Amino acid sequence: MAIVELKQVSRHFSKGRQTVEVLDGIDLTIAEGDFLALMGPSGSGKTTLLNLIGGLDQPSSGSVEVAGQQLVGLSSRKLAQWRSRNIGFIFQFYNLLPILSARRNVELPLLLTRLKRKQRRRNAEVALTIVGLADRAGHKPGELSGGQQQRVAIARAIVADPRILVCDEPTGDLDRDTADEILDLLELLNREHGKTIIMVTHDPKAASHAQRTLHLDKGSLVGETA
Amino acid sequence: MSTFGLVWANLFRHRARTLLALFSIIAAFLLFGLLRAVAVAFDGGAAVAGVDRLIVSPKFSIIDGLPVSHQAQIESVPGVAAATHATWFGGTYQTPANFFVKYPVAPREFFDLHDEYIIDPAQLETFERIRTAAVAPEELAAEYGWQIGDRIPIEGDIWLRKDGSRLWEFELVGTYRVRDDENAFAAFLFHYDYFDEARIAQTEGIVSNFVVRVADPERAAEVSAQIDARFENSTNPTRTATEDEASRQFAAQIGDIGLIMNSILSAVFFTILLLTANTMAQALRERIPELAVLKTLGFSDHRVAALVLFESTLLCVLGGVIGIALAWLALGAIGPSLQALLGRIELTAATMLGALGIAVLLGIVVGLGPALSARRLQVVEALRR
Repeated sequence: MAIVELKQVSRHFSKGRQTVEVLDGIDLTIAEGDFLALMGPSGSGKTTLLNLIGGLDQPSSGSVEVAGQQLVGLSSRKLAQWRSRNIGFIFQFYNLLPILSARRNVELPLLLTRLKRKQRRRNAEVALTIVGLADRAGHKPGELSGGQQQRVAIARAIVADPRILVCDEPTGDLDRDTADEILDLLELLNREHGKTIIMVTHDPKAASHAQRTLHLDKGSLVGETA
Repeated sequence: MSTFGLVWANLFRHRARTLLALFSIIAAFLLFGLLRAVAVAFDGGAAVAGVDRLIVSPKFSIIDGLPVSHQAQIESVPGVAAATHATWFGGTYQTPANFFVKYPVAPREFFDLHDEYIIDPAQLETFERIRTAAVAPEELAAEYGWQIGDRIPIEGDIWLRKDGSRLWEFELVGTYRVRDDENAFAAFLFHYDYFDEARIAQTEGIVSNFVVRVADPERAAEVSAQIDARFENSTNPTRTATEDEASRQFAAQIGDIGLIMNSILSAVFFTILLLTANTMAQALRERIPELAVLKTLGFSDHRVAALVLFESTLLCVLGGVIGIALAWLALGAIGPSLQALLGRIELTAATMLGALGIAVLLGIVVGLGPALSARRLQVVEALRR
């Protein structure tokens, strides 16, 4: 069953009088439970495509249906609400709040739910346990290594139990061994917890963890490898 | 963690910067509390005293004085039930820091007219009988450890004695208290006759003002006009007003107290506004990627703006509450020593509520710009920074 369905999606940006075509007529279907890698050179439109699927951006034309919701035309408030329920984001530079402990960072998405304070704390601790960082719950990001920070970011992405994880270069800032650990963790979340994962990467080794790899170039899908 | 926890953590992200801003706000509200308490005391000094009393003062300046002979003419005005006089003495007890109001008065008349002052009848009788006698408010006697029978030396500054000396000595023969619900001046009182005989000849027979009780408070305005008409063409014309008006006129001779206080406070709050607005704007600039992350996680534009606004309001309210609490403590400490000059000086509920209102308003004004910027923030662009 398709969880992501893009039809004839284009995205262009205006710079003064000039129009830059970033995505051009993309058709894409991703089945629920897929682990998909998006590869391509810089400026090929990978992150823009990821932002459209994650509901952070709107296409200039075309249709974007994700998790049963047509995203085109949704108000920013509705989009925010939809993101909080369906998408977990993982960034290259972790994007944790430095003033909060690991547990509190993980708790953040739960502030948008109706869960009671104790339940929020318990769920955050469960998420940290899944990523193997239960013993670092009280540490602030500055007190953790890069790999540990990315694990906290993953715990934050899964704590509200979204169906899709959107990852933008999740291993781009990590050494090889740590990157492998993170990719193993993503594989685990895909295999054991049924999360659909869409990952932008430059690294062929990282892409090898995915079930499918799509190649983008100059705003168009140019191929797929399994 | 709660939303409050998130805001609190953000507020103290740069502890030193936030504490500096907080100290400025605390200082502003401390000043607000103190100045408003003084302004309220000036404004309301005699407002609670009897409305059936009038004060007859010199028409042009409190320095002029009035001849004591006016009293008989005032008493003859229809509608006047009783009259007495009081004179500003000034003077210093030991050091200028020991300030309290001192009046030479006609003992029996004065206490008859001021029924809010309660004195033992036997002590009043002694006060009347002994010419060098004085009575003091109970709090004043307690403050300086005076006992009945003590001799109290006062060094005169306005009034010199006939022998050229400045030393006036009085025997304390009693104490009195002011009824709890009153906010009247409590003064050190001594015999006018002794004072008048002993002071240098040129100033004999001069008093500062008269206190008049009218038979019918409804006719106070009419009686007041008649008294002034009586002296209109004399060398010592008068201005008669209620005690409330008289205290305001007295304050007005120093300056427009309300205007002075409000001008100072406006300048202080304007400075605080700029300072805090700068702190908030700086805090927002540093946090743009983090606000974008919150939006990515599903925080709506309005919710992010509300967080920023809540943060600035929390900062201002926190500063306001601490500032007013410090003002309350300070007034508790210095209030009694100012009571002799200003009457009861304290923070009123209106002042505290006003401070809270100003703090909330300040927080909103200061946070509005950053909150709107946070609301407009585009996630995709902000994440690239």
